[in-house]
Amino acid sequence: MFVINCPYCGERDQSEFSCGGEAHIVRPKQPTELSDDEWAEYLFMRKNIKGVQFERWNHAHGCRKWFNMVRDTSNDKIHAVYKMGEKPPVL
Amino acid sequence: MKNKYSIFSLIKNAFSQHENWKQAWGSPEPKKEYEAVIVGGGGHGLATAYYLAKKHNMKNIAVLEKGWIGGGNTGRNTTIIRSNYLWDASAGLYDHALKIWENLSQELNYNIMFSQRGVMNLAHNLQDVRDLKRRTHANRLNGIDAVWLDTKQVKEFCPIINTSPDIRYPVLGGTLQKRAGTARHDAVAWGYARGADAMGVDIIQNCEVKGIKRNGDQVEGLETTKGFIKTKKIGVVAAGHSSVIANMAGLKLPLESKPLQALVSEPVKPIIDTVVMSNAVHAYVSQSDKGELVIGAGTDAYISYTQRGSHDVVEGTLKAILELYPIFSRMKMLRQWGGIVDICPDASPIISKTNIKGLYFNCGWGTGGFKATPGSGDLFAHTIANNEPHKLNAAFNLNRFVSGDLVDEHGAAAVAH
Repeated sequence: MFVINCPYCGERDQSEFSCGGEAHIVRPKQPTELSDDEWAEYLFMRKNIKGVQFERWNHAHGCRKWFNMVRDTSNDKIHAVYKMGEKPPVL
Repeated sequence: MKNKYSIFSLIKNAFSQHENWKQAWGSPEPKKEYEAVIVGGGGHGLATAYYLAKKHNMKNIAVLEKGWIGGGNTGRNTTIIRSNYLWDASAGLYDHALKIWENLSQELNYNIMFSQRGVMNLAHNLQDVRDLKRRTHANRLNGIDAVWLDTKQVKEFCPIINTSPDIRYPVLGGTLQKRAGTARHDAVAWGYARGADAMGVDIIQNCEVKGIKRNGDQVEGLETTKGFIKTKKIGVVAAGHSSVIANMAGLKLPLESKPLQALVSEPVKPIIDTVVMSNAVHAYVSQSDKGELVIGAGTDAYISYTQRGSHDVVEGTLKAILELYPIFSRMKMLRQWGGIVDICPDASPIISKTNIKGLYFNCGWGTGGFKATPGSGDLFAHTIANNEPHKLNAAFNLNRFVSGDLVDEHGAAAVAH
């Protein structure tokens, strides 16, 4: 359990949030032209990193807005929080 | 098997105050080369090595374990064994395992304390009732024992359950699989380790894999903390760390690793002689032979490798336990822990070869891998030895995420495993 600094609401308990998994997976521009392999890659395959990971979170029991987070999954330490559409920070 | 355990060996060793029992397995240094190497010395990995040696005559093999055997999820689960899955593919897989469990103590000459005390799954709303009845029918069509119990029968089978209609999630009935139950999880790892060791398998503990060497699309060996080990076949059974190993080979898997928690209470006299699970309120409970209540919670909702998990998940589980079993209200919890489970998008496992020659994965067991340990090892050994899946694990290939032929057990399973 940890505290998350929501970019809209400030510091709140992690239990108010839900994790949307790996961030910056871009939706294919031309879905109709995608092969099955490319669909599998987009839909299912994940890096699932042990270490610093970029991920999406939603303040589900708060402002309900989505944002991005950089978190170390080996110790749950949060390195950065930034809004959707903003450039990911260089660490 | 040399050093066979029996009443005679027990008596013989009693004369020397049990000080001369032989080590059940050795601690060899790794050889330069093996026919096959299994990465991960949990129940599934050790079972894989055991069946490779026993059924496929591969004796020059090693199991690499970064910690000690059975120290990962094998020693962290709530030891529940059942096979009442909805889909044909899952029913085939899990019942194959259950059939092996039924004779495993005899086969291994090691008491794994398999106890067929039954597993009951509760229904708390109309949809639960419909789903569980449907699952009961599906199970029986697949030859798996399953019965539907109404509220009164649930109360008769497990009298301490609160079946009052006034509670937030009233008990409207449940299913019962009588062949299901529990086993001693450490003993499963130790029994398989002893059996594999007796057939010449090298069990190498405190040996962490640091890299996988490839030559084109063929594996050539492993970089480990004990040096380079040459092999043409690598079977990875690394549970929550499967993606970490996959990344070493430049492979991505459809997995997310999350903490799953469990807790045990102080020991008390026998009070619950079965396993009761509930999907809707997400709590399950059984009692260990030592008398502790063994309570399982759900996964944390975020990716993490921390082996701890959040307090609010435990709190939610205990709320449900207290409403269903008011008699436990003054029990004290002794220990809480977390294990890292690797979850597939369809909540079914992967027992499969990959597009890299000689690299096999057995992963994605998520929150319910323990029950499948013997079957998983048997089928994974078959897959590695023949480079082709057995018909029972053919549906659990990695390619299903490309073809779309998923084995969707999310919610269809009795509980979220």
